[in-house]
Amino acid sequence: MEYLLLIYGNEADVAKMTPADHAAMYGEFGRFNQSIQDSKNYIAGHQLQDVATATTVRVRDGKRMVTDGPFAETREQLGGYYLIQAKDLDEALAIAERIPSARWGSVEVRPLVTRHPG
Amino acid sequence: MNLESLYREEWRRVLATTVRLTGDFNLSEEAVQDAFVAALEQWPRDGAPANPYAWLVSAARNRVVDQLRRRARFRDRQTEIAQLTALEESVLDLSEAAMVDDQLRLIFTCCHPAIALDAQVALTLRTVCGLTTEEIARGFLVPVPAMAQRLVRVKRKIREAGLPFAVPPRERLGERLAAVMLVVYLVFTEGYAATSGKVWIRRQLCEEAIRLGRLLCELIPRNPELRALLALMLLHDSRRVARAGPDEEIITLEEQNRELWDQREIAEGLPLLESALRDGASGVYALQAAIAALHARAARVEHTDWAQIAGLYGVLLRKQPSPVVELNRAAAVAMAEGPSRGLELIDAIETKGDLAGYHLLPAARADLLRRDGRWREAAEAYRQALSLVANDPERRYLNRRLAEVEGLA
Repeated sequence: MEYLLLIYGNEADVAKMTPADHAAMYGEFGRFNQSIQDSKNYIAGHQLQDVATATTVRVRDGKRMVTDGPFAETREQLGGYYLIQAKDLDEALAIAERIPSARWGSVEVRPLVTRHPG
Repeated sequence: MNLESLYREEWRRVLATTVRLTGDFNLSEEAVQDAFVAALEQWPRDGAPANPYAWLVSAARNRVVDQLRRRARFRDRQTEIAQLTALEESVLDLSEAAMVDDQLRLIFTCCHPAIALDAQVALTLRTVCGLTTEEIARGFLVPVPAMAQRLVRVKRKIREAGLPFAVPPRERLGERLAAVMLVVYLVFTEGYAATSGKVWIRRQLCEEAIRLGRLLCELIPRNPELRALLALMLLHDSRRVARAGPDEEIITLEEQNRELWDQREIAEGLPLLESALRDGASGVYALQAAIAALHARAARVEHTDWAQIAGLYGVLLRKQPSPVVELNRAAAVAMAEGPSRGLELIDAIETKGDLAGYHLLPAARADLLRRDGRWREAAEAYRQALSLVANDPERRYLNRRLAEVEGLA
C-alpha cells in the first residue's frame, strides 16, 4: 500500500533552534532518507517552505479567490511529507516513528486511495 | 445439538480463521453469520459434522468466494480478483497451532492502537465475543444506530488504512498486550460499575471479560500480568451478588454478607494471583488483585489487613497516579490508623483540587466523620455529596447514611 506521511511541527520552535541543532537535524533527516531509500519504502518526499509563503486558492461560482496564508491556522504546521510504500499500517507507522521530527512534532499517516484500471 | 452453545464456542475461532484466509473483516463476518445459518438448517437434517469448526470455516470460505465472484463479475474489479486468487491459493490450515494464532491475530487487530479506544472495545465485543450490535449498544447505553455506525467506521478503517491481521513482533508485544488488557479491563468495569442499565447485559459484559481473560491466559500462558488481570476480575466478580440490594442499592464491602461471595471464583482467583506474583507480576492489575485478595481472605470485615491494603494502594499510586486511587488509599489508611489520619489525607486531596465537583470526595469525608462520631459534620458532608451525585443507587445509599447520622446528631 501507499501512505502519505504528513510531517507537522511548530515552525516557531524550529526557528529558535541554534545553527548546530539545525545542522544536526538535517543530518538526521539525511540518514533517515537514505535508510528508507535503501529499504525501498521511499517513493517521494520534500520539505516545504514555511506557511508564511503559502497561498490558498478557491473557485466559487466560477470566480477565483486567492488569499494569503494556509487553509487553516493551526498550532502545528505542515512542514513536509514523505510518500512511501509499505506492506501495511504497522510498517508505515514504524517508518513514521523514525522521522526525526516525530520526537517534537507529529506525523499523520494517511493511506492513499487506490484505483484499479477497469 | 444446541446451536447457541455451538455459536458461543465456535464463533470466534471460525471468524478468526476466516479473516486470516480472506483478509477481509466485513466479508468474513457476513460469511460466518451465513455459515451458522446454514448449519442450523443442515445439521438437524443431515447430522452434525465430526469437526464443526472445519465445516463452518469451509462454509464461510465458500461464501466469501461466491461473494467475491459476484462482485468481480458485477464490477470487474481487480481487487476482488486478486483477493479471489489469494483465497483459492491459500492453504486451509486447521491445525491447533494455526487456530491459536488466528485468535491472537483477531484480538490484536481489534485492539490496535490506530483504533480509538471505545471502538476497540466495541469491535472486540462484536468480533471476538460474538455479541450483537444491539447487545453492545445496550451494554454501553449508546443508541443502536450510533453503535452500528461506530462498528462500520472502524471496519472501514481496518480495510482502507491497511491494518495488518497479525500478532505484533516481539519488540511491540508488551505495548500491544497492554492495550489488549486495557480493553478487557474496560469491558469488565463497564459491566461491574453500579450505574443504571439493564442488569443482565451488565452481567454479560463481566462474563465476556472473564471469558476473554481466560482465553488470553490460554493463548499466552507464560504471561503473569494476564493471569493477574484474570484473578482481579474473578475476585471482584465474586462479590457481585453481595454488593447490591434487591433495588440495586449499594451495599458497601463492610456491610456485605460475606457468605454470598462466590467461593468458586475466589478459589480460582487466589491461586491464579499467587502464581502470577510468584512469576513476577507487579503491574496495576496485580496490585489491584492483591488488594481484592486481602478482602477475599478476610472471613469477617474485622479480619481485614487494612495496613497492607493501605500499603498496596501506596504502591499503586506511584505506578498510576490518580485522585481516585488516592481517595481509596485515604480510606484504607483511616481503617488502619484511625479516621483522623484518613481525614488529613482527604484534606490534602481536596487542596489539590483534582476531585472538585466529584461526589466521592465529600462522601469519603462523610464516611470518616461518621466513623469518628462527628455526626453533625458527617451530615453536612453527606449533604454536600448528595448535591453532586448523579446516579440513583449511590444517591439512595447517601440518603440512607444521611438519615442515620441525622438521627444521632
